[in-house]
Amino acid sequence: MTDLTALTLAEARDGLKKRSFSSLEITEAHLAAIEKARALNAFIAETPDVARAMAKASDARLGAGQGGPLEGVPLGIKDLFCTKGTQTTAGSRILKGFVPEYESTVTSQLWRDGAVMLGKLNLDEFAMGSSNETSAFGPVKSPWRRPGSNADLVPGGSSGGSAAAVAARLCLGATATDTGGSIRQPAAFTGTVGIKPTYGRCSRWGVVAFASSLDQAGPIARTVQDAAIMLRSMAGHDPKDTTSADIAVPDFEAAVSRGVKGLKIGIPKEYRVEGMPAEIERLWSEGAAWLRDAGAEIVEVSLPHTHYALPAYYIVAPAEASSNLARYDGVRYGLRVPGKDIVEMYEKTRAEGFGKEVRRRIMIGTYVLSAGYYDAYYVRAQKIRTLIKRDFEEVYAAGVDAILTPATPSAAFGLAEMSTASPVEMYLNDVFTVTVNMAGLPGISVPAGTDASGLPLGLQLIGRPFDEETLFAAAGIVEQAAGRVRLPDAWWA
Amino acid sequence: MSVDEKTVKRIAHLARIAVTDAEVPHLQSEINAILDFVETLEKVDVEGVEPMTSVVPMAMKKRQDGVTDGGIAAAIVANAPLSEDRYFMVPKVVE
Repeated sequence: MTDLTALTLAEARDGLKKRSFSSLEITEAHLAAIEKARALNAFIAETPDVARAMAKASDARLGAGQGGPLEGVPLGIKDLFCTKGTQTTAGSRILKGFVPEYESTVTSQLWRDGAVMLGKLNLDEFAMGSSNETSAFGPVKSPWRRPGSNADLVPGGSSGGSAAAVAARLCLGATATDTGGSIRQPAAFTGTVGIKPTYGRCSRWGVVAFASSLDQAGPIARTVQDAAIMLRSMAGHDPKDTTSADIAVPDFEAAVSRGVKGLKIGIPKEYRVEGMPAEIERLWSEGAAWLRDAGAEIVEVSLPHTHYALPAYYIVAPAEASSNLARYDGVRYGLRVPGKDIVEMYEKTRAEGFGKEVRRRIMIGTYVLSAGYYDAYYVRAQKIRTLIKRDFEEVYAAGVDAILTPATPSAAFGLAEMSTASPVEMYLNDVFTVTVNMAGLPGISVPAGTDASGLPLGLQLIGRPFDEETLFAAAGIVEQAAGRVRLPDAWWA
Repeated sequence: MSVDEKTVKRIAHLARIAVTDAEVPHLQSEINAILDFVETLEKVDVEGVEPMTSVVPMAMKKRQDGVTDGGIAAAIVANAPLSEDRYFMVPKVVE
């Protein structure tokens, strides 16, 4: 039998339906691969018992000629999604041992459609980071290495465990979340496909909150089609999330092969940043040429406030985080460090429970929301956010269907390579992705080539609100033209 | 704008995060680096611009004012570090 972990999610789904193999067989194949890949540290918790029980239930349904769109398909779950009865940590010491009494809407929809949970995936603490090095459970190693080198690389972040597990063939797809680039940047670093849908497309209920006006869930998978299949199950209106959009979920998979004939694709001149490596520049023009060859019209567009998106983000996101993370007080769940009174208990609990990056962001957020600074920082940043969104609206109103940009300013960097860098240098990883969150738009990252040392690079497509279908269509063209990524051999096994 | 050591301690207290005196200078320089980075926003003309309150225009949903859930006290305190008789336990707050 062929290696079941090498299949795409679509191939696995079809094979399961045809009963070419059972869900238990493909689940066991993945559990074995996960066990051999512990060196990557992609999983915080492996859940083989849950996986086997779910797989057997799927096999029973498939045997009876029933089953949902993901019946029997084994997936990884970012440890930011609450899973009933399975520890959910958000990558933080403060939630160590937290076992939710409820299931997030997104994961409950995956189980409704028949998917199997393999385990909970590592991430930057509270999804704050771009390299998966801020996790209290240790960094994730990328399955990628530079040719001839044994040096470990980062998988990107914050969904680093998700991206690494998908690229290492430890799961057929994974859930992820994106507040400033946390789906698209790790996807670009690992040669996988990641989509952050429009704000409101996926319910945030049961997803540990970071910055509520920016957070969105989405999938990371090995192909555009696989990402489309997963998103259809993850998306949809949820009365439990007031910001969830009451809009029908289209058949995203059908959009993948739709093509781009007659579409207008914008190239924003402001994304041509100073010091951009020539290989990123080349990749970007190549992507535009592929879309043109497929029948799209390429036009230059202007998004004049791009330059201000990242600084504005570093006011809005920490402000919301400081408010959201106020709930970790040592009373209702998680870590508690005793103190002489309740204030000292709070202060000690939070000092010990939160890591450096999280503490720093909470403090920044507290400062920009404090009396006397609120207008100068927070209100100003929210006004600039209005301008950023208006830039996109004007481009779309002029007839542009989607915007093509690089996904990241570089390929993956080495583990600990940025440890002496200032926080701001790390933040620059999100320079191309953060605008999309600020404007609430959908964005997809698709592998498009490699850098000089053979590491994957991605292109990003940004769409109109709730038009993920155009992104899948355009990403399908890029994927076809670039050719499927040859994922690294399992040096870790 | 930049913060001094006193402000760093005040922010830490507002955020209910204990910091030692030894940690303050490092935190101060990191916070100031971020404040430097966001200083560029002062250059943007925001005259007459409404601050964003909702990234996707949507009407606030309302639900019926009725009980939809409940009777799950045991589940609510299940993860509490300290609880008794379905109450969360905290150090004495009022003398």
